Amino acid sequence: MTAFSRAALALVLFALTFAARAQLTIEITGAGANRIPVAIADFAGEPGVARAVAMVVRADLERSGLFRLVEAGTPLAENAAVNFADWKARGADALVVGSVAPAANGRFEVRFRLHDVQKQASLGGLAYLMTAQQGRTTGHRIADYVYEKLLGEPGIFSTRIAYVVKSAGRFELQIADADGMNAQTALASREPIISPAWSPDGSRLAYVSFESKKPVVYVHSLATGKRHVAANFKGSNSAPAWSPDGGKLAVVLTKDGGSQLYSLNADGSGVVRLASSSGIDTEPFFSPDGQFIYFTSDRGGSPQAYRVPASGGAAQRITFEGSYNVTPRLSPDGKSMAFVTRNGGRFQLALMDLATRQTQILTDSDKDESPSFAPNGRMILYASEIGGRGVLAAVSSDGRVKQKLSVQAGDVREPAWGPFLKH
Amino acid sequence: MRKKLMIVLGAALIAGCGTTGGPEQPGADVEDRSAKRVDGAQVKPVTADDQMGTALAATRQGELAKRSVFFDYDSYVIKDEFKSLVEAHARFLVANPKVKMLIQGNADERGSREYNLALGQKRAEALKKMLTLLGAREEQVEAVSLGEEKPRCSEANEACWSQNRRDDMLYTGEF
Repeated sequence: MTAFSRAALALVLFALTFAARAQLTIEITGAGANRIPVAIADFAGEPGVARAVAMVVRADLERSGLFRLVEAGTPLAENAAVNFADWKARGADALVVGSVAPAANGRFEVRFRLHDVQKQASLGGLAYLMTAQQGRTTGHRIADYVYEKLLGEPGIFSTRIAYVVKSAGRFELQIADADGMNAQTALASREPIISPAWSPDGSRLAYVSFESKKPVVYVHSLATGKRHVAANFKGSNSAPAWSPDGGKLAVVLTKDGGSQLYSLNADGSGVVRLASSSGIDTEPFFSPDGQFIYFTSDRGGSPQAYRVPASGGAAQRITFEGSYNVTPRLSPDGKSMAFVTRNGGRFQLALMDLATRQTQILTDSDKDESPSFAPNGRMILYASEIGGRGVLAAVSSDGRVKQKLSVQAGDVREPAWGPFLKH
Repeated sequence: MRKKLMIVLGAALIAGCGTTGGPEQPGADVEDRSAKRVDGAQVKPVTADDQMGTALAATRQGELAKRSVFFDYDSYVIKDEFKSLVEAHARFLVANPKVKMLIQGNADERGSREYNLALGQKRAEALKKMLTLLGAREEQVEAVSLGEEKPRCSEANEACWSQNRRDDMLYTGEF
């Protein structure tokens, strides 16, 4: 194969992987106050592949709302001499340069380097060996590297999200990259699917499916498509939540009357009751340290957030203001709690600092539901509604950055942001 | 399809005629009729399934064809207007101990899906409790919830929400 035809083939493969299979589009509706100006030069070498990788890096950083892209001009390789004065004059605080070179077996070697323009110093770089189809994955990894070096926290561009699409009486549990691309259907059903929850290692999803005319909890391995029933007792089975070690699921069962919290092993064995109330206990969520289970209960007369020790014990009330505070979800650092509050008839996303109990309402919409933190804690993904149609939205925990994710011909709901993947 | 039709019919009856229904047709009568069909030397074989089918036929007519009970906002109390309907279903369950019932509780769309699932469960369990107090066996009736997931009406107004705050009763073969 000549160098030219190899490049042409790579370009075609890229075009295929870039085709909008997902139709989940993300629109930025608000950005951070102090965005870091960064220039991502086109990578040198194999033109099609190089341009595509740099495009993914740019799109990721821009979508985060924390970076402002500076026009970069001509391709620059990772080992090229950098004219820092010139980049400073263009207003860039950071610069990414790189190259793509053909490697053995039709693969490509992608190398990049990140420069601090102010300090006129390299902040490091990496090399990846990839197939033509892995251009997006590589772009996300480079964006994660840049994000972490410049902001001091891990990026989430290589993570995945799960959500449910309802269209024409059909329900699909889909998995997509964090940028909405590469959507794949894990489960399609004529009956509703709700409450997807990622296992901590990102390999499995627990969810509630109504395919047998009642809610039943399943555990589904994404790579194999194999799934099993985790809870199907008499009555309703719902609201699965994984323990941080992935060994246990907290669920809501009604087998003993009323919606109550239980814990069980992921294979469905070892059912233990976690709490007791005469009312509703639901929406369990493990604290990241595994010590507590936060949940919604109406034991005090209105639905509020509570917590119990994960091994069972006395419940402690967390929310007090207002008459409807549901779906408590802890940030990955365990310091804050996202939840949905009813605020004058509107259901909005709120965030509580657990140390000070100070609460901030993060959204200005009416029907917000199902908050889910990004694994770095920066953004909270949630379900909302615009013009009677379900959309997903994300807001940064400081309320500044806002994104909207929608699909063209359907309702999207029940989002769950997946964990960091080890690679 | 048949279930859908019955639910729609049930809703139409409730909407149209208020609380009173036609003459009741207890399941026991239906079973007796099938037993009397033995005549002369001819013996028509009857299997247990057929008996069940004959009994269930009664649930598609008269009072028993009404399968829905509606609730007020944030309430799980079976309203007086539905008591005679619940009593009719309880009598049928008592007379036909092999027949099983699935009660699907529902909630309107406002608020959290899982919390609404729990609200629907409360409604289903309230109906189950009334049926068992009237003599239906505990194992005969399963109370489950569909939460806000299967709305009968999908507009965002009270007229619509009131139709979604309901219990549906399904008999053996319908679930």
